[in-house]
Amino acid sequence: MRNPLSETIVQIEPSGIRKFFDIVSEMKDAISLGVGEPDFDTPWHAREEGIYSLEKGRTFYTSNAGLRDLRQEICNYLYRRCGMVYRPESEILVTVGGSEAIDIALRAMLDPGDEVLIPQPCFVSYVPCTILAGGKPVPIELEEKDQFKLTPEKLLEKITDRTKILIMPFPNNPTGAVMRRKDLEPIAKIVEEKDLFVISDEIYCELTYGDERHVSIASLPGMKERTVVINGFSKSYAMTGWRLGYAAAPHVILEQMLKIHQFAIMCAPTTSQYAAVDALKNGDSDVEMMRESYDQRRRYVLHAFAEMGLDCFEPQGAFYAFPNIRRFGMSSEEFANRFLREEKVAVVPGTAFGACGDGFLRVSYASSLKNLKEALGRMAKFVSRLDGERA
Amino acid sequence: MREKILTILEKNARIDIRDLAILLGESEVAVANEIAQMEKEHIICGYHTLINWDNTSQEKVMALIEVKVTPQRGMGFDKIAERIYQYNEVNAVYLMSGAYDFTVFIEGKTMKEVALFVSSKLSTLDSVLSTATHFVLKKYKDHGTALVEEIHDERMLVTP
Repeated sequence: MRNPLSETIVQIEPSGIRKFFDIVSEMKDAISLGVGEPDFDTPWHAREEGIYSLEKGRTFYTSNAGLRDLRQEICNYLYRRCGMVYRPESEILVTVGGSEAIDIALRAMLDPGDEVLIPQPCFVSYVPCTILAGGKPVPIELEEKDQFKLTPEKLLEKITDRTKILIMPFPNNPTGAVMRRKDLEPIAKIVEEKDLFVISDEIYCELTYGDERHVSIASLPGMKERTVVINGFSKSYAMTGWRLGYAAAPHVILEQMLKIHQFAIMCAPTTSQYAAVDALKNGDSDVEMMRESYDQRRRYVLHAFAEMGLDCFEPQGAFYAFPNIRRFGMSSEEFANRFLREEKVAVVPGTAFGACGDGFLRVSYASSLKNLKEALGRMAKFVSRLDGERA
Repeated sequence: MREKILTILEKNARIDIRDLAILLGESEVAVANEIAQMEKEHIICGYHTLINWDNTSQEKVMALIEVKVTPQRGMGFDKIAERIYQYNEVNAVYLMSGAYDFTVFIEGKTMKEVALFVSSKLSTLDSVLSTATHFVLKKYKDHGTALVEEIHDERMLVTP
């Protein structure tokens, strides 16, 4: 028999998260700070709207791009929160989670050999999706000393004649880094000068802390026509399981993305779309409540790290902290594995998000205060034991 | 800061001042002072425990009484309310808009005890015109907290 498999797909490493998940799953009573999704339920009014749509028998396909009402609400939202104007009929595509949007944006824009700049540590899917689209992933290794922001120097270093796309994964999973307006401006300038395009993954945009709200790179002058904005409902509205996201992009790009979506997916789940209309219409106060609650827990976690003497730069977005464990002289995986075995707490090794994540851990604070307290208490114990071993 | 303190305390009155201060990014002293001040101003009126008595062996009966009254000259509703809420059996008194004037929550050991209280103490007040008693059979949610179901975290332990 011939080899049934594609060499390209065989070469792709399975997600590092998956590997760790298998280890954690065997430990029944572990406390997990490894969860990459909100600990809130979807606001009831949105769930209720989903139920109602089922009762009404709205169980058919929607148009490929998504319900017209939903696309309109998305445009209203983008204007309300980011001051950006998009046309519902030609510049919005509703997708199966932000992940699908990432995939089809890359497929719509890449030719074989085109290079995609991927700031790391980052979400796990940009590299494999780039490879599957025939592109060449080029990691940009971000550093703690820059608060894991993308700097103009680091960007310029990696640009070649083949560079076509820059991925902008901010607010960032796993580091919690954000790019403020002043950080984005020089990046936008380079993007324009070098004639690049941007895929800006803003799925965590509502979870930006501090006085300044999230700024989309697409809202900077000259950037809208170069940017595919990716967003969704999973994090802002605690709707991960509904699998619903969207892309907002110039028509020329969106038109081609729509084609892939049309053949591969048809349309995003109808029930989820109805629920999302309601989430956007009536969910601003829920978002605010959740943001405040994450922000409080963010402070709690940082405070606990400081007390146990664990270095951690201050994350200002998403719901992750990314403490530095280099001083213990072990790899992220060793640390995470020992911590899990000895204290029964799961955190994700930084290497799951790119090689430069070594020496760091992703700690999710989307967990109850009671859990956080217990887990961080065990971490303090573990850290002081490690210090004892080294002394 | 006040509103944020209250939002947290409303759900968890037992939280450490220290934890509260960390969560809010304030100093312990500032938070403690603010709470003391709010107690003084009667913004915080007490720290109670939400108990589901149904899960204990203690028998308790609760009733909601609709009360219609004639407000008296120079006294208004407040004086009448005061005469009602002085009784230990009375848990809560609210002035209402609509078809009747007061909602009164009464707690007793048995239905009979509650009914007797209403007929002998409440109905006989001068200003009270009529009462209607409704017994509470089951509490599903109280003070914003669902009493019936246990909440499990059903998320997978590690996700991207």
